Amino acid sequence: MKHLIKVLLGSAFVALAAAPSSAATLDDVKSRGVLRCGVNTGLPGFASQNDQGEWQGLDIDYCKAVAAAVFEGDASKVEYSPLSAVQRFPALQNGEVDMLARNTTWTMNRDTALGLNFVGVNYYDGQGFMVRKDLNVTSALQLSGATVCVQAGTTTELNLADYFSANNMDYNPVVIESQADVNAAYEQGRCDALTTDASGLYASRLELANPDEHVILPEIISKEPLGPAVRQGDEQWFDIVKWVHFGLLNAEELGITQDNVDEMLNSDNPDVRRLLGLDGTFGEDIGLTKDWMVHVIKAVGNYGEIFDRNVGPETPLKIQRGMNALWTKGGLHYAPPIR
Amino acid sequence: MQEQVAFYVAREQKPALPPPPSEYGLLATVRKNLFATPFDAVLTIALSIFCVWAAWNIIEWALLSGVFVGSDRQACLAGEGGPVGACWAFVSAKLGQFMYGLYPLDERWRVDLALLLLVILGAGLAIPAVPYKRLNAVLLLIVYPFVALVLLTGGRFTISGSWIALLFIVAAFLSIIFASGNPGVSPKLIRVATWLVALAFLLLILANVVTGGRMVLLTFRFSPLALLSFLTALASTGASVLAAVRAGAKQNGVLLRVLLPPFVVAMLIVLLAGDFGLRPVPTNLWGGLMLTLVVALTGIAASLPLGILLALGRRSSMPAVRLFSVVFIEFWRGVPLITVLFMSTFMIPLFLPVGVTFNQLLRALIGVALFSAAYMAEVVRGGLQAVPKGQYEGAMALGLGYWQMMRLVIMPQALKLVIPGIVNTFIGMFKDTSLVYIIGLADLLGTVRRGFSDPNWITPTTAATGLVFAAFIYWLFCFSMSRYSIFMERRLHTGHRR
Repeated sequence: MKHLIKVLLGSAFVALAAAPSSAATLDDVKSRGVLRCGVNTGLPGFASQNDQGEWQGLDIDYCKAVAAAVFEGDASKVEYSPLSAVQRFPALQNGEVDMLARNTTWTMNRDTALGLNFVGVNYYDGQGFMVRKDLNVTSALQLSGATVCVQAGTTTELNLADYFSANNMDYNPVVIESQADVNAAYEQGRCDALTTDASGLYASRLELANPDEHVILPEIISKEPLGPAVRQGDEQWFDIVKWVHFGLLNAEELGITQDNVDEMLNSDNPDVRRLLGLDGTFGEDIGLTKDWMVHVIKAVGNYGEIFDRNVGPETPLKIQRGMNALWTKGGLHYAPPIR
Repeated sequence: MQEQVAFYVAREQKPALPPPPSEYGLLATVRKNLFATPFDAVLTIALSIFCVWAAWNIIEWALLSGVFVGSDRQACLAGEGGPVGACWAFVSAKLGQFMYGLYPLDERWRVDLALLLLVILGAGLAIPAVPYKRLNAVLLLIVYPFVALVLLTGGRFTISGSWIALLFIVAAFLSIIFASGNPGVSPKLIRVATWLVALAFLLLILANVVTGGRMVLLTFRFSPLALLSFLTALASTGASVLAAVRAGAKQNGVLLRVLLPPFVVAMLIVLLAGDFGLRPVPTNLWGGLMLTLVVALTGIAASLPLGILLALGRRSSMPAVRLFSVVFIEFWRGVPLITVLFMSTFMIPLFLPVGVTFNQLLRALIGVALFSAAYMAEVVRGGLQAVPKGQYEGAMALGLGYWQMMRLVIMPQALKLVIPGIVNTFIGMFKDTSLVYIIGLADLLGTVRRGFSDPNWITPTTAATGLVFAAFIYWLFCFSMSRYSIFMERRLHTGHRR
């Protein structure tokens, strides 16, 4: 069954890669009056629906940001398409969605053979460990001899083996078929540590009876750069989504927030003036208005605000910035300058 | 000879003594059924302990330590009172989504109204004592789907001139069928009408080959040839009507029947294209129980007639019809529903030009309907095979044609025999609709699962509570279907009660 689906999808991809992609996505979006954004069907903090049925999350805010840039401040003109993991690439390829903001890992195969263009990384994810607080472990390097719960048949299991052998440490894996059962085994105390992707660890922690008795260790042992993607073959649209992303990062670096953006319009700082469209023609150059980033920041804030609102320490997920801090604060987010 | 004198003769039967106390009453029943042997006794005790334990745990989890009020996850987290049971607050906070998906709040009355109409018409058809069954069936099966479609989507469909022409050609054709063969109707006029329909159809085909200018009639866009085709179809209908009028007063019924098809088509177009002031609600906002019912009811409504036709086709003596039915049934029965849904999502767009999209829900509906029709066909075929050959021969001996024989003699018996099978298929389909989750449609189970990813509601018991709730709703529907089927079986169980 799974094999059959893979074959079908494989042939679908080949056919799709050969199909001509439509140019001028920007014109399509504008004439349609709504941005079609492919999102996860449900991932805590990245894409989920609140009690009123409104979409919210880090990826959702990226859809809103692009809509605000294109529709001059109207971030509500987004049509969200919840996509399953197998649906997401065909949906982008055949034009059912204009962009994908669906916690998708940027890999070479997807960037090249599948005909996608990743615009950047909006969340650096990777495999991490969760342990009980009372073990007094502060680093994964102290886990020598530990029993570790891990899901079977995943790259997670392989990464775990690599990490422990690379650091000359022993461990006892408890390999379990489904992630839900892995969580249950950890809760029952069958293992000292639980390992999966870090963003998943934070959500798993919320399902434990006493989340505050558990900590997530700072070490990340694999690379899972998640980012928005667009179709190959439309350079202008690629530039727009890419620079909305970089604009959000630059805005944080320059201290422009949702609250102070109006004051910042009086700034003398040339970097701020260029970002907000006071100097230069950067907005017009990508087919938008001069004040494109003003609209974006007014709608969703800068990257730091998006992070804090959806997954940060004040939310139930309580994710620390860590690798997702700006480069100036020891993180990996580094945006090229607007000039 | 001395007369024998009987001192005592019982004149009537003595009243029967009551059975010994060890053989009747509650105690005896308990002893005989539950504690007959030491092994039985052990089993009884073990099982009752298990039942009490399980019931206690369920009550404890669902009611005693369940959380009924709360606005976010804090309410459902373990406090000083020990572990928390079911998080019903989650279900009540998301109940609107579970029922309607993302359907706009102030438009939800439309869903309620559609459901109310369905319940009224459905009850009218399902309860034997209600009169006007035929009218009710027409309303439910022919009028209701279109009304519900307009109510739920908001209507205002753009109908191209070619479609209008096609609909009126079909209407004109039906008018000819209704008019012809009645005494007093001029065969000459009917022949004219028939030629005109053929001409209209030819023009329509040409219109789709030759593309050219656009004309607007009322709000509909016609190409010149499509408009010509439409007018020819109208002329044909006119000829039929004229023929019926000429036939005179004694043929009043004929005139009514001839006028009916064009009238129905006109109403249909007005309904679909008309502006009733309803806000359009795109199908990607549909969800929850509403979507489950839309998919399941479409599947059920489409699969029974299609299944009957396919079953008849498979037993037909015409090789082409039989081959088509066999291939159709074996193809759809041979692939898993999940593959059908995947194909409808991934393969159909490949055949369309880039950027042209075909409604995702419609794709899934077609897939589900064809899939379930194949299963239904085999169930109905089972019923057809169980009808004795004598019934066919008897019907033929009465001079009934094929369709009359099937409609009046065979089908009523065959369908009655396979009611459990039909309902079984319906129930299976109702539950299978939850598979649309994998193609991104949020049915009842899908919305419940999406609710799990709201960080404001993640708790240790959220998932369990949501799934129990979804299971209960599914059970409610399936159990009602099952009870109704038992009722129908008993009611129709005439003749061969065993």
